[in-house]
Amino acid sequence: MAIYFENWLPSWLAYLVAALVHCALLINVIAVGALVYIWLERKVSGRIQDRLGPTRVGGRFGWLQSLADGIKLITKEDLLPGGADAMLFRVAPYVSFCASFCGYLALPFAYNWVAMRMNVAVFFIIAVIGLEVFGVILAGYASGSKWSLFGGMREAAQVVSYEVPLGLCVVVPVLIAGTMDLVSIGEQQAGLFTNWFVFHDPFTFITFWVYFTCATASVNRAPFDLAEAESELVAGFHTEYSGLRWSFFFMAEYGSMFAVSGLAAILFFGGWNGPLPIASWLSLTAEHGPVWGYLGNLLGLTNFILKCSFGVTFMMWVRWTLPRLRIDQVMTTCLKYCTPIAAAMFLGATIWTAAFPGGLILRPTVPLGEIREGWLEKAEPTSSASVSSASVETKNFVARAADSNAGR
Amino acid sequence: MDINWHSFFFMAFAIFACGFALAVVISSNIVHMAFYLVLSLGATAGLFFLAGADFVGSMQLLIYVGGTLVLLIFGVMLTAQSPFISMKTKGGEWILAAIVGGSLLAILLQATLNIKEWQAGEKPLPDRAPVTASRLGMGLLGARVDELDKPAAARAGMSGYLLPFEIVSVHLLVVLIGAAYLARPKKRIVPRGFEQESQS
Repeated sequence: MAIYFENWLPSWLAYLVAALVHCALLINVIAVGALVYIWLERKVSGRIQDRLGPTRVGGRFGWLQSLADGIKLITKEDLLPGGADAMLFRVAPYVSFCASFCGYLALPFAYNWVAMRMNVAVFFIIAVIGLEVFGVILAGYASGSKWSLFGGMREAAQVVSYEVPLGLCVVVPVLIAGTMDLVSIGEQQAGLFTNWFVFHDPFTFITFWVYFTCATASVNRAPFDLAEAESELVAGFHTEYSGLRWSFFFMAEYGSMFAVSGLAAILFFGGWNGPLPIASWLSLTAEHGPVWGYLGNLLGLTNFILKCSFGVTFMMWVRWTLPRLRIDQVMTTCLKYCTPIAAAMFLGATIWTAAFPGGLILRPTVPLGEIREGWLEKAEPTSSASVSSASVETKNFVARAADSNAGR
Repeated sequence: MDINWHSFFFMAFAIFACGFALAVVISSNIVHMAFYLVLSLGATAGLFFLAGADFVGSMQLLIYVGGTLVLLIFGVMLTAQSPFISMKTKGGEWILAAIVGGSLLAILLQATLNIKEWQAGEKPLPDRAPVTASRLGMGLLGARVDELDKPAAARAGMSGYLLPFEIVSVHLLVVLIGAAYLARPKKRIVPRGFEQESQS
């Protein structure tokens, strides 16, 4: 993108503008996403509790309700409790929001539509999303209130425990794909929906459910919302917060929900590849020209956002259906169920990929083993310098990347 | 005007890392210290990302920044009472710490400034960060793709890093089991015939 801006602007400014465009787009994903999902949460919770939810603001479905809420929050007084640690109290919401936002830097929204393509993107996202808890703990401590401190401590215990099974679950699709690059992982699941890793073998299918449980816990959603537990702790860690600072916590929460759903969509549900390869049937690929490639990517983006929204809606459904767990039940779920199941699924997936490298019944179009073997073969005759460039991608990935780069 | 953004961000992250490290030393509230330590370590992770070492940068975030989380929790749990909230450092401690820290800094500076390859020069920056993680992973499994320029005969004996990795893993497992053993709820051993007394 920086190359595109260099046509009009000096080089140093072009890079700055390109970076700002990326950041602005990503912040909009979180902000607009939060508006839409807060409205959706109200509607979903209303329907589950046999009421209508918002109906008046902005016409028929109350679709401007979250905008009205936003205006209300901006006009609220910004309170600072007398016993609070002023600096940490002010900083905490931004820490949460930054951690949630950084996850998006490596999250691809369609083929190569990613702010920063990393070869360890999965690992980076897991590492960064785990840091969101810092904001919660700081908020709990800095508020100078017992309720907040209890909430923060509960959150800390919960997140530290759930990182373990979450990491184990994420390793399973990475093991099958042979790479941690999210763009490559998504591309390997192109074609029919039978290529999605969730249908790769029975072990990945179970892994997905364990992943989703742990992801729900790590983004602090009910039934794991002990940190805010309205019935016990007033509002937990954000008891003392009001106005815009409070809404930053909520933007971070909805941002993380979308991010972990996006990670689930890419790791297990084919990412931007729809259930049927409609884009390639309509020849909307980069081989037919940049415009077609762009349209295909747009279709992929729609696919991806629909899948993420489905994940977020699923979390809402769970939230308004299940009662909150007790802290010992949360720990039991993590340490006695999720971790051993995830470890067993990891072993099972390893054995399955070793026993049936080409798949059992649902054969993938590109044998997954080819990626690893392909790159060893390519690496063998050449020097180490060319290993780095041609290692991760298979032949057609390199060709497609070259095409799409030419298209820009 | 031309700005080298790479150098700009290097300076920015370096200043953040050093500045917050100083703040850790100067601050007297233990939770503030932990928070500044998080920011300092995060800026160091930024330096790793800038150098193209995505894997090491992510590791820094996961292990060091995440590990400080535990420090923060203990800081909050153990020192939330008023006598511990602010910790004043005594003059003697300042002097001792300055001597130890200063001598370590001197050794490190002397070592880094003497390496020829690291001295400033006009080297073109690579277009794209080199892919390091997959080579690291293959090396761990025993396939040394980083040594491909050597002849096959020289590579035959290379085992990669699998054995040391396994040894360290087993060691850590032993430590974990030991910790769990030490932390288990202790059952008091009651000699036969004394059950009644111990219950009362």
